[in-house]
Amino acid sequence: MRRPGWKRRRPRRPAHRPEPENDHKVATYILLIAILSAGALAALLLGRRAAASAVGALASIAAGACGLISGGTALAGATWDLRLPWSVPMGSFHVAADPLSGFFLCVISLLCGLCGLYGWRYLAHHAGRRNLGASWCFYLLLFASMAVVVTARNAVLFLVAWEAMSLSSLLLVMFEHERPEVVRAGWTYLVATHLGTAFLLVMFLLLADGGSLEFDTLAPAEGAGGAVFLLAMVGFGTKAGFLPLHVWLPEAHPAAPSHVSAVMSGVMIKTGIYGLLRTLLLLGPPPAWWGFALLGVGAASGVFGVLLALAQHDLKRLLAYHSVENIGIIALGMGVGLLGVSSGNHLMAALGFTGALLHVLNHAVFKGLLFLAAGSVLHATATGELDRLGGLLKRMPATGGAFLVGSAAISGLPPLNGFVSEFCMYAGALSAIAAGGAAAWGGVVAAGSLALISGLALACFSKAFGIVFLGEPRSESAEAAHDPPLSMRLPVQLLAGLCVALGLCGPLAAAAAAPAVAGIAGGRAAPAVVELLWWVSGAALLLGALVAALALCRRRLLRGRTVGEGPTWDCGYAAPGARMQYTASSYAMPIVKMFRGVLGTTEHLQRPEGLLPRSASVRTHTGDPLLERAYRPAFAAVAWLAARLRWLQRGRNQLYVLYIALAVLALLVFELGGRP
Amino acid sequence: MTFLSVLHLLLALAGAPLLAGIIHRVKARTAGRRGPPLLQLYFDLGKLLKKGAVYSRTTTWVFKAGPIVGLAAAVLSLSLVPLGPVPAVAAFPGDLILMVYLLGLMRFVTVLAALDTGSAFEGLGASREVQFSALAEPALLLGLGALAATARDMSLSGIFSGLSLPAAPPSAAPVLLLVSAATFIVLLAENARIPIDDPNTHLELTMVHEAMVLDHGGVDLAAIEYGSSLKLWIFAALLSGVALPVATGSSAADLLLHLAGVLAVAVAIGLVESGMARLRLLRVPQLLLAASVLSLLALALALR
Repeated sequence: MRRPGWKRRRPRRPAHRPEPENDHKVATYILLIAILSAGALAALLLGRRAAASAVGALASIAAGACGLISGGTALAGATWDLRLPWSVPMGSFHVAADPLSGFFLCVISLLCGLCGLYGWRYLAHHAGRRNLGASWCFYLLLFASMAVVVTARNAVLFLVAWEAMSLSSLLLVMFEHERPEVVRAGWTYLVATHLGTAFLLVMFLLLADGGSLEFDTLAPAEGAGGAVFLLAMVGFGTKAGFLPLHVWLPEAHPAAPSHVSAVMSGVMIKTGIYGLLRTLLLLGPPPAWWGFALLGVGAASGVFGVLLALAQHDLKRLLAYHSVENIGIIALGMGVGLLGVSSGNHLMAALGFTGALLHVLNHAVFKGLLFLAAGSVLHATATGELDRLGGLLKRMPATGGAFLVGSAAISGLPPLNGFVSEFCMYAGALSAIAAGGAAAWGGVVAAGSLALISGLALACFSKAFGIVFLGEPRSESAEAAHDPPLSMRLPVQLLAGLCVALGLCGPLAAAAAAPAVAGIAGGRAAPAVVELLWWVSGAALLLGALVAALALCRRRLLRGRTVGEGPTWDCGYAAPGARMQYTASSYAMPIVKMFRGVLGTTEHLQRPEGLLPRSASVRTHTGDPLLERAYRPAFAAVAWLAARLRWLQRGRNQLYVLYIALAVLALLVFELGGRP
Repeated sequence: MTFLSVLHLLLALAGAPLLAGIIHRVKARTAGRRGPPLLQLYFDLGKLLKKGAVYSRTTTWVFKAGPIVGLAAAVLSLSLVPLGPVPAVAAFPGDLILMVYLLGLMRFVTVLAALDTGSAFEGLGASREVQFSALAEPALLLGLGALAATARDMSLSGIFSGLSLPAAPPSAAPVLLLVSAATFIVLLAENARIPIDDPNTHLELTMVHEAMVLDHGGVDLAAIEYGSSLKLWIFAALLSGVALPVATGSSAADLLLHLAGVLAVAVAIGLVESGMARLRLLRVPQLLLAASVLSLLALALALR
């Protein structure tokens, strides 16, 4: 059977081939890197001065524009290829953009540019006290390294950019390094990201098979495909936040400044998805179990992520867990796509991968929006604790309206962008179910878990928006909140506009992403996908028209009648107060209790006692069960073992030289002993 | 789309409030009472539409948007629902997902409007609503998936015309039976009926859906009540299509047959409500889980 888009083993091309004529196409990319490097240097030199923020923000906006042009042209088919001399062994500075790289470059540039603008005023109150220049330098380096990651065509360059990305984001997370929880988050992130990179190193060595490390020539040895796939799942999955490798994500993302959280959650974790897609392209036609593996991981990450999000009391932590959920959804889409490829169902493959790629974009847009809006809340009230907020929509109308759009979008509701990508995945799953066969069970897993995830996500985001922005303020700081300045409102509102636009123009987005999808899924079913999405767009438009018509009707009906105001009716109680409202914890309690077996929520309850009870309290806490039950004990065991080996470390140089000599001797014996 | 599809949409828009009247009449008769008139909900809607409005000072525009967006979503969702073999006004592959998600949008705006009042009771109702529907959604989608697997089609209208006798494969019978049971449970949960919720309760603490609309009145309440009756029609039409998989050959006869089916569903709801008490809230998730299991069983049979 001929499968779409795959070549069995790429021909090994010569290392030096004539350069294609692509100077003008490369120019915007080089400009992007140049702006970011110059900006990073300038910001570093400016140090604590407020001007550092201005330089950083301007550089990220300019670079974002360049990246959008560069990525957009590559996505439209104008691919380019650039090789520069680089004196690293096995490495070459080889970057190129095909539609897939172009797509990710667009997403990265869009969000990094807008978040840079937001960060300008967000960090302003730190001016003179903290080293803003360093923070902006790392921000721009993070942007640049992500741009290189998605365009690198040499494994050494890729890994160097990957490490630069991890380290610059780590340093960004450590911005408020005097807070102990930030330091702890940094450590967790550092360990996790390096463990992931270790798997990638092995993966690339397996792929290279002793030969060159250029992506053009990388192909797995016969029979090693499965091993490479698993290594990629672990290595890239750590960055993306696949369960059970996600534990760093809910620690690190909330600890960072909000515009950095937005970039990390919105696009940085997507480089893991990019890596996985690139590896799949290198690996050739997939067996069915790869699809099932991705579906399993996606379903677990999605359901578990949203459940943990639901149990959180902190706004940014809740959003961070939602990234785990959304990465799970993307994995579900990729799983559907892979099963489509392996079972020869072109429509299913196209729908799955289109859904996954569009969700990469959509999640970047709405998660960026939500983190930035959460940043504005934090900026205005100095707390992210849900149960101390409330009533913010009246006080922060711009931020609140945008947050509402983002909440509906992330819950996958029509007519917004989240629905478009989830619809693609559902439709792919449904086409598998309707076609029957083994792949149909993949469709069942995808559709069933998507349905559960979206129901729980709706619960979670009605809680997040409802508790934070609706009702009465639960604290004085929430009472006094107000919208942030224009430069912080604008990115949030632009992203909200994009949520609506992408929801209405789903088919255009799918058509734009089609070249990137075609590389993996074949292009045969692309027109069918676009046609299907026109129905969704039509429904979205019709919904808007219906809402407008009904609103006009109501206005007509109420004209001339008395429209009064009063207190909320609370069953006859005369003085409803803010403390009588449902809290975030009580709202989520039924679902959290239902799943307490998996969540491991602890509850401290002090009951009211006696006839005239003085005090009563209830506290619930949901940590990460994997972190607490698996990783902590495992790392404690490692620490215990290491402590047992302490006697080796005496602090005397002579002894260490002896160790080296012994090791060399042992190696010699081992090497010679094997020879006849 | 045919003329009859449009006719079904119009009949549903006009006749949906009648279903509540039928349920009440059945309940009254089984209890030996005469009961309110069949058209009571129409009278109520007419009365509400003539009223002014009182809004809580706590609320924002979200509270006013809720009923309108909810009603719009319900109307659009209804236009995707076929009546047995009579196709829907619009049909395309995957339309069942849009249908379910439009109902999700309706729920989302209702829940937000409830939370907007800052009332403890409305928060309580919203919290229960999202819990139950998060469990009902997989049951419904998997059930529809089982039908898609049996009919080998991806659009609701295609599925239902493919399932109707004589076109249906003989192996479809057990699948249809299981999906009917699952759909009926989801119907009861999504439309706030006994044994999941009691629409007649007067104690706020025991309410689910009703608690969310305590603060709505006048035109807004009319939009909510009408939207709810459309939602009931959607589920009744789906259930009639699954439980009564018959195509007579004449489209007009199909329409009449399945209209009778929709009314029969209302009678069935009335009988269930007369014969059972409410479940304890803690038992409701188990019932909904059972519906999911029924749907999964149906899928396993259909994919065998």
